[in-house]
Amino acid sequence: METRKITKVDLIFEHIDPREVLVKAYKLGSEGIIQEMLDSGVKGRGGAGFPTGMKWKFCAAEPEPEKYIVCNADEGEPGTFKDREILDRVSYKVFGGMAIAARAVGARRGYVYLRGEYKFLMPQLLMELDGFHKMIDEIGYDFRIEFKLGSGAYICGEESALFESIEGKRGEPRNKPPYPTKCGLFGKPTVVNNVETLVNAVIIIKYGSEKYRSMGTQFSTGAKVFSVSGDTPTPGIYELELGMTCLEFVKEFGDGDAKAVQVGGAAGFCVPRKAFAKTIIGFEGVPTGGSMKLFNSSRSMYNVLHNYLDFFAEESCGQCTPCRIGTQQLLRGVEAVKRGEMKSAYLNELVKLAETMKISSKCGLGQSVGNAFNSIVENFREEIIY
Amino acid sequence: MINLTINSNPVAVPEGWTVLQAAEKLNVRIPTLCNHPDLCVAGNCRVCVVEQKDARTLIASCSQPATEGMEIMTNTLKVRNARKHIVELLLSEHRADCTKCYRNQNCELQALANEFAFGDHLFLDLVGEHEHLIDRTSASIIKDDSKCIRCQRCVRTCTELQKVSAIAVSGKGHEQKISTFHDRPISHVVCTNCGQCVNRCPTGALTEKTYIDHVWDAIYDPSKKVIVQTAPAVRVALGEDLGYDPGERVTGKLVSALRQLGFDYVLDTDFSADLTIMEEGTELLTRLKKALVDGDKETSLPMFTSCSPGWIKFIEHKYPELLPNLSTCKSPQQMFGALAKTYFADNVKVDPENIVSVSIMPCTAKKFEANRPEMRDSGYKDVDFVLTTRELAIMIKQAGIDFRRLDTSNYDSVMGESTGAAVIFGATGGVMEAALRTAYEIVTGKEVPFENINIMPVRGMEGVKEATIKIEGCLKEWSFLEGAELNVAIAHGLTNADKVMSAVARGEANYHFIEIMACPGGCIGGGGQPIPTSTAIRQNRIDAIYAEDMSMAIRKSHENPEVVAVYKNFLGEPNSHKAHELLHTHYVERMRY
Repeated sequence: METRKITKVDLIFEHIDPREVLVKAYKLGSEGIIQEMLDSGVKGRGGAGFPTGMKWKFCAAEPEPEKYIVCNADEGEPGTFKDREILDRVSYKVFGGMAIAARAVGARRGYVYLRGEYKFLMPQLLMELDGFHKMIDEIGYDFRIEFKLGSGAYICGEESALFESIEGKRGEPRNKPPYPTKCGLFGKPTVVNNVETLVNAVIIIKYGSEKYRSMGTQFSTGAKVFSVSGDTPTPGIYELELGMTCLEFVKEFGDGDAKAVQVGGAAGFCVPRKAFAKTIIGFEGVPTGGSMKLFNSSRSMYNVLHNYLDFFAEESCGQCTPCRIGTQQLLRGVEAVKRGEMKSAYLNELVKLAETMKISSKCGLGQSVGNAFNSIVENFREEIIY
Repeated sequence: MINLTINSNPVAVPEGWTVLQAAEKLNVRIPTLCNHPDLCVAGNCRVCVVEQKDARTLIASCSQPATEGMEIMTNTLKVRNARKHIVELLLSEHRADCTKCYRNQNCELQALANEFAFGDHLFLDLVGEHEHLIDRTSASIIKDDSKCIRCQRCVRTCTELQKVSAIAVSGKGHEQKISTFHDRPISHVVCTNCGQCVNRCPTGALTEKTYIDHVWDAIYDPSKKVIVQTAPAVRVALGEDLGYDPGERVTGKLVSALRQLGFDYVLDTDFSADLTIMEEGTELLTRLKKALVDGDKETSLPMFTSCSPGWIKFIEHKYPELLPNLSTCKSPQQMFGALAKTYFADNVKVDPENIVSVSIMPCTAKKFEANRPEMRDSGYKDVDFVLTTRELAIMIKQAGIDFRRLDTSNYDSVMGESTGAAVIFGATGGVMEAALRTAYEIVTGKEVPFENINIMPVRGMEGVKEATIKIEGCLKEWSFLEGAELNVAIAHGLTNADKVMSAVARGEANYHFIEIMACPGGCIGGGGQPIPTSTAIRQNRIDAIYAEDMSMAIRKSHENPEVVAVYKNFLGEPNSHKAHELLHTHYVERMRY
């Protein structure tokens, strides 16, 4: 397997002249942009990792004249705080990525769905948006962006629940298919991308797909912004090339006593010390939306797990059975085992239940509860029981 | 056509079909729960998951479109385990006191549990984790959240079919529940009591409020004379709860059963349905005359029918500005009630104080209607207790009556005579047809110009129907109507009613007379009818209604001899002062939220 040493880069937050990139994108046109995106190999930075170029290509192919670009800024994954920083420091690149996407698929309207707790950014963002609109008008883009504030539900970061929320409905995921590129916001073809993905589009257009591909690995091209937190002397936001191992990461950011890293937040995986060396951070290993939380030996993994389950039992939209009740059963189940009310073998039933949730839940939330649950229970079973 | 295989058997289905539909075509049964043939796909219970070759996850067959080359397996170990887990999960948040539940043995969760989750409970009991209040505030509907499995059929029913949205989802995660506006009691929100949610609830979370024990008490009270009326739609549906196929007519056995239960007089709402036609038909002709001849600007047209109490509450909430257009006639149930404790009491020489008036209705809203403060024109509560078709079936079972072996018998008199026109009140378009049969004949002296007086344009399951009847050859006193074209519209289901009402409110509708029924298919699809329901079942009941009509000797309301007699001996003439006192009512404006 191909791995990389820790390489810090500065592309996301670097200040550039957006006009130059947008003029270039405008001239490239739909096919040119999509080809660059496909060639770059960039995958979605929200965590799911769908190839962005493919997404744009599907949406561009839809004959419907009314299309939307949606920026998913509902950053709610526990331990993730990179999108806030990006919006705070280089929002013009986010808007720029949306304009490029709009040019690529033929959309004239865009929405930024901003996490409710980030409301304090709004005055600044709106001001910057005004300037941005003027600039793209001059270049020739026919595109307008609007803001929509979330109301605090984690599930609204799920793309179809996000659409429902923008439409003024209760934020609940839809059945898929149809996928957003065919039937998304207001029933129209829609591209929905994470904040960071959109900035990556600007980087790709500016530097070209070839240069972009030179970073990262074959399956995880480019760099990624990581939110590092937990037991680390240097918490913060770091832009790193993809492809490093967990061991390299821990050497750089750990406090020398790391026993586990939770990669990808509550919906991600727990990597124990014994697996640090063989675990690649990237789409060929453990994918992440950016959250990297380190735990040292002073931490109870039962408490960590309980915290995540508590979170899921509250943040499940409640619509589908496996997720609504499964999250409660996992939570109450580990409590009962801890208290000795259920035998430790009951954990095996719960692991099976988590597998069922993975394969039968309606959306990514319920499908990913089992990631954290099973990886923590399998690796720290004794901490859960005793 | 799309070609796929299910359990290795090839099947071709049209584009747009779901995997579930494809499986049905192959007679492969996939269990479902949140799915309902009347409602849009939800895909939230996940009971119908199946395995698709090479797919990362299982797929919900109810929501997954069939695609070319798909290979579906419905019965793998993976599928079975997931289904078992899902049913066990549902049971863990469901208060399963099945033996005492109103829906025992007619519960879809119970049926699934029998198949997938027998034996010890796999998971912890979560029912106690939540505070569940049972909402008994409504006169019609009881909502018990501890039995709710959040399939959201009720929510979809209330929103899609009825456009009422009295109930909706609130909260998330473990706090998610089916709730009302601001979690208020059902009696204090915009609920029409139509009971369509009850018809579609797979468990006992939504049921009607039952009055069975009150009725038994009355029957066994020697000081009381208990009279019972039966609505037209009951006789074509009761059989379903007693082992018959949908669409079986059981009128004669129904009468015998009621007698065996101990009712002192078994009478027919059909009688007052005919009376309604006389009153409502006269009211319409009077309004037309006022508007067309006298040029009275105050007269409100089009006129709306007022038989359906769910519809009445709907318009009171949502279109109070159109209340003057509503016929002032009470519904047949309440006309009957008002006459039961006056005209009928005189006839049988019983003190009305000692009469208990019971009605058997296909309807839950009738329970609310009977309790309206306006409905006491006889000086007493006009109708004491309203039972649904389902409650009557329970009473018949409680009494140990072998329904199939019952002989048929006839209704008592007076107020037991029926016509074909009255019977068709049970189907959408029926009130319109009955009214036209009579009104046309009053105006022209001739029968309506349709073969066998079957007015086909007003029949059928289309949501909104329109027809135009040209009036020709008028009698002298009605000559102002000569050549006039009477435009009528018929809507069933409140979503369709809303369409018509918004057109009327905008002044875009050119109708004279509109029939509205709150429930899909009319009363035969009422909220008190046997469960389950579907378009096919409702169609069977409608077919039975029209067959009953064709079998009747008298098929026009104004020819009902008991109706002729009640005017001659008691009321005078239609819309007389006395008729207004007893048979007409007024409405109230209610809050919109």
